[in-house]
Amino acid sequence: MDSQTVAVRQQAEVAHHEGAHPYYLRHHFETVEQQKEAVSFGMWLFLLTEIMFFGGLFMAYLLYRNWYYDAFVSASNTLGIGLGTTNTAVLIVSSFTMAMGVYCAEMRNKRGLLLSLSATILLGLVFLGIKTIEYHDKYTEHHIPGASFSIEDFVHPQDKRDVALAPDVAQHAQIFFFLYFAMTGMHALHMVIGISILFALLYRASKGAYTSGHTSTIDNFGLYWHFVDIVWIFLFPLLYLISRHPLH
Amino acid sequence: MSHPTLEDAHAEPHIVGPKVYGLILLALLCLTALTTGIAFVNLGVFSPIVAIAIAVIKMTLVILFFMHVKYSSRLVMLTVAAGFFTFLVLITMTLSDYISRAWGLW
Repeated sequence: MDSQTVAVRQQAEVAHHEGAHPYYLRHHFETVEQQKEAVSFGMWLFLLTEIMFFGGLFMAYLLYRNWYYDAFVSASNTLGIGLGTTNTAVLIVSSFTMAMGVYCAEMRNKRGLLLSLSATILLGLVFLGIKTIEYHDKYTEHHIPGASFSIEDFVHPQDKRDVALAPDVAQHAQIFFFLYFAMTGMHALHMVIGISILFALLYRASKGAYTSGHTSTIDNFGLYWHFVDIVWIFLFPLLYLISRHPLH
Repeated sequence: MSHPTLEDAHAEPHIVGPKVYGLILLALLCLTALTTGIAFVNLGVFSPIVAIAIAVIKMTLVILFFMHVKYSSRLVMLTVAAGFFTFLVLITMTLSDYISRAWGLW
């Protein structure tokens, strides 16, 4: 231990005995900054496990797209680019409102924080609403993998520009839709969890929490929300965009 | 020489303001419009590459500014880098297995 560390430690000791530290500083940390650093490090470690979790799904998508390329191209082109782009914009704006929430908490602006959290909840719900419309379309088109799946749209495409697939090849479109529902479904589950937490944060913020100097909870929830945004930033091009001009 | 104080031990946390957030939001929305627009242009084999490149730029903006990594400690930067490195190991090792299974059989 060098002399500076000793001095800092002693000062922390003195501060502790005088009860001079803020109420939210836990006893096993020496300073608020150290506590903040440890908490955000922990949050990032959790996000690393999330990268690997979604990473496995992306890996599966990469391999199966390579394997059943024609079926994946046809299936991908049945998704609506308009709804997908709208949803991407909605989610990006919600990330902005969440970042503004973090800023307002740091500025001790309670009204701003409440507004930002409410806007984030609203945009999150809009995203899930649009996703529900998309899922419902898949249901009416019989594009949900399983017993009610129909290869009709792929064997006899309505748009003449689309390539008609052989029935056995068309069956592989089910794998695309399986991965589509697994990836967007897991993403949507993260959104549902995020929105639930946002309601709790909003309730506590209305009681005056997070705007009195202790912002770690809002900071770390912000990290989670932005991570979910990043997952969508990759899902959107991979599922909706990259198959418009297939190689033949 | 004065004794170091508790405040000296750590740098003052950097607060990112609405101006930066607004600019990043604008950039992200422009890149979204760009990637959707480019999807309708026939780039052949480059179409997924360009789409993923734009997604990587968007992700970098979100991580650096919305997630404050640009202003974070080295520990956090290293943690984020470790995450992506591990993800790339997942992709590389799986693909090298996939590609080499039928090696020499074509």
